[in-house]
Amino acid sequence: MATDEDLAARDKVLDRVEAWRRRAPRLADDVITMAHGAGGKASQALLEAVIRPAFSNPTLDRLDDAAVLDVPAGHRVVISTDAFVVTPRRFVGGSIGDLAVNGTVNDVAAMGATPRALAVSFVLEEGLTVAEFRDIVADVAAAATRAGVEIVTGDTKVVERGAADGCYITTTGIGYVSADRNLGPGAVEVGDAVVVSGTIGDHGIAVMVARGNLELSSDVPSDTAPLAGLVEALLAAVPTTRWLRDPTRGGVASSCNELAAAIDLGITLYDERLPIKRPVVGACELLGLDPLYIANEGKMLAVVPADQADAAIAAMRSTEYGVDACVIGTVTEDHPGIVVIESAFGGTRIVDMLVGDPLPRIC
Amino acid sequence: MKFVDEYRDPQAARVLLADIAALAATQPERKFMEVCGGHTHAIYRHGIEGLLPENIELVHGPGCPVCVIPMGRIDDAIAIARTKGVTMVCFGDMLRVPGGTSTLLDAKAHGADVRVVYSPLDALALAEREPDRQVVFLAVGFETTAPSTAVTLQQARERNVPNFSVFCNHVTIIPPVKAILDSPGFDLDGFVGPGHVSTVIGTKPYQFIASQYGRPIVTAGFEPVDILQAVAMLLRQLEEGRCDVENQYRRVVSGDGNPRALQLLQETFVVRPHFEWRGLGFIAQSALGIHPDFATWDAELRFEVPGLRVADPKACQCGEVLKGALRPWECKVFGTACTPETPIGTCMVSSEGACAAYYNYGRYSPRARARARIPVSAD
Repeated sequence: MATDEDLAARDKVLDRVEAWRRRAPRLADDVITMAHGAGGKASQALLEAVIRPAFSNPTLDRLDDAAVLDVPAGHRVVISTDAFVVTPRRFVGGSIGDLAVNGTVNDVAAMGATPRALAVSFVLEEGLTVAEFRDIVADVAAAATRAGVEIVTGDTKVVERGAADGCYITTTGIGYVSADRNLGPGAVEVGDAVVVSGTIGDHGIAVMVARGNLELSSDVPSDTAPLAGLVEALLAAVPTTRWLRDPTRGGVASSCNELAAAIDLGITLYDERLPIKRPVVGACELLGLDPLYIANEGKMLAVVPADQADAAIAAMRSTEYGVDACVIGTVTEDHPGIVVIESAFGGTRIVDMLVGDPLPRIC
Repeated sequence: MKFVDEYRDPQAARVLLADIAALAATQPERKFMEVCGGHTHAIYRHGIEGLLPENIELVHGPGCPVCVIPMGRIDDAIAIARTKGVTMVCFGDMLRVPGGTSTLLDAKAHGADVRVVYSPLDALALAEREPDRQVVFLAVGFETTAPSTAVTLQQARERNVPNFSVFCNHVTIIPPVKAILDSPGFDLDGFVGPGHVSTVIGTKPYQFIASQYGRPIVTAGFEPVDILQAVAMLLRQLEEGRCDVENQYRRVVSGDGNPRALQLLQETFVVRPHFEWRGLGFIAQSALGIHPDFATWDAELRFEVPGLRVADPKACQCGEVLKGALRPWECKVFGTACTPETPIGTCMVSSEGACAAYYNYGRYSPRARARARIPVSAD
């Protein structure tokens, strides 16, 4: 029969166990396992040890199933989503973490909205090192801070070895746009100027170099960057800006083709005016690639009234990521729906929609 | 950028265009064939055709090594790619070339291990890194790329790489040019000679074109100024009643070519008795096979391939286009049933194919011709 001493000793053990259970789960693993995606203790451990410390903010810390956000009066909600599957995950100038934030933030900014919040979802492959995951999460956190957004909710899933390539990230961005701001192809007119915020082709080439296919003597960094500030400066200087787009996959050529088709007008680009870094020109020559089709991750295309082009350029150049902004083309009534480029001595050719994929898994 | 910027200089281009205009003004209609796919691509990429006088026409020839591979050989490559344990390695533009029913890209989507490289040496390195895969390199190209395949085979032997082989589809430039010269209805006035092939074979092999067939030929580089200069040189020859082999691409091409490369080709390849060319039929002594000394690395000996002749689809007129008998837009299916997204024939698939070049770049050119014709001054 148990004595009082026995019961007291047992209670002490149970108290100790209870106290131990209440401690934050510790993350002892050095690789991601299926358990980390199951929603149980291992998932908690990952969340508490890696994710929450990096992203912490009042909304996220509530750890509700969803985040509740207040919409400022006189504004509409803008939402955009993108998945990031770039390989390799790290390259000169950034990583998948940077792309995951900037890519989505820029899509929101392209509507003239102020990006405010991100939802982040990770799909991790069993076997990814926790150290690498920590680095990716740190990159996401740093990029979010630079972009002025909070990560308010998220999800993490783990799939078996071989079912995903290391780490895929999906981000959904929310922003608010003033109700009287209405950017879109519908506003574009014949004679408008096509403007780009800086050099093109950098990101694609940076990833190609990181893949080890090329041995270039100079390291071209990816241009991944958050552009809400640049957009705000542009729209403040040129409120009559018609349309914005960030030329990611498919490059400037694809974005211009999408616009030309949407407005059933032509776009003429000028070969001599395209801003391209010399190493990017060289790499493209070697590989037979056209910089117009290569992904950019920190650039904005804008269409503005012709008489506002100078103001637009000046505004962009006054910002950190727009120093090489310039006019690259015109909207024309010729060749509707088609993008044409003129060479320095007057030759012209069509810049068609891309067929196939010159550089897969670029973002 | 050295050797590129100077040859894209607008001022130099304007001067040459003025020369060409002046020469063309006193000449009848002239048709020049540019043999090399790289030239086709460059001409369209820079919109050169739209800048030439109305009576000067550039006709596109069979110099696209991807375009001339018959569908049966693609099927053979696909069969090898589908073999268990094989990693098929090729250049990017081979992925979408249509075989009888499928493409390498399609085979890849259905589970075949197909990978893209920029150089055959990358394929060899891959074989060394993955010893449990059978790595097969799909070799295509004229004499331009054959030497790098040759180096790779030599390296495979030196480094003793057992799990590597080459499926060789290299072809040579002179036989198809001769076939075109011999074809009934031949009406060309001269040739813009291949640039990079000539760096290997030199310019002497073209002598027969001038001496036996009485047509001038100027080997040219790939920048706009190169091509314009070559056209000007051809017109000047015709004006002066000359008929010579001239070399515009002096910075890269010498008369004797590259003896070391030619030696390498001799050691590593043999000339096949005949080879089928898409659109041109069987041409004797026009392709390279792997030399018996390198038989161990010959994919055709290592793998079973169907080896079937597949007839071109009835609608396909690639052959006529390759011979320069038909302009791309004169093909019945151009731009409708046959587009870069849904190619019927290889002229539309390869980035150097005449049809792809015209569709992607030049189909706007009739109106652009009028607009882009800048007033040329003889500054």
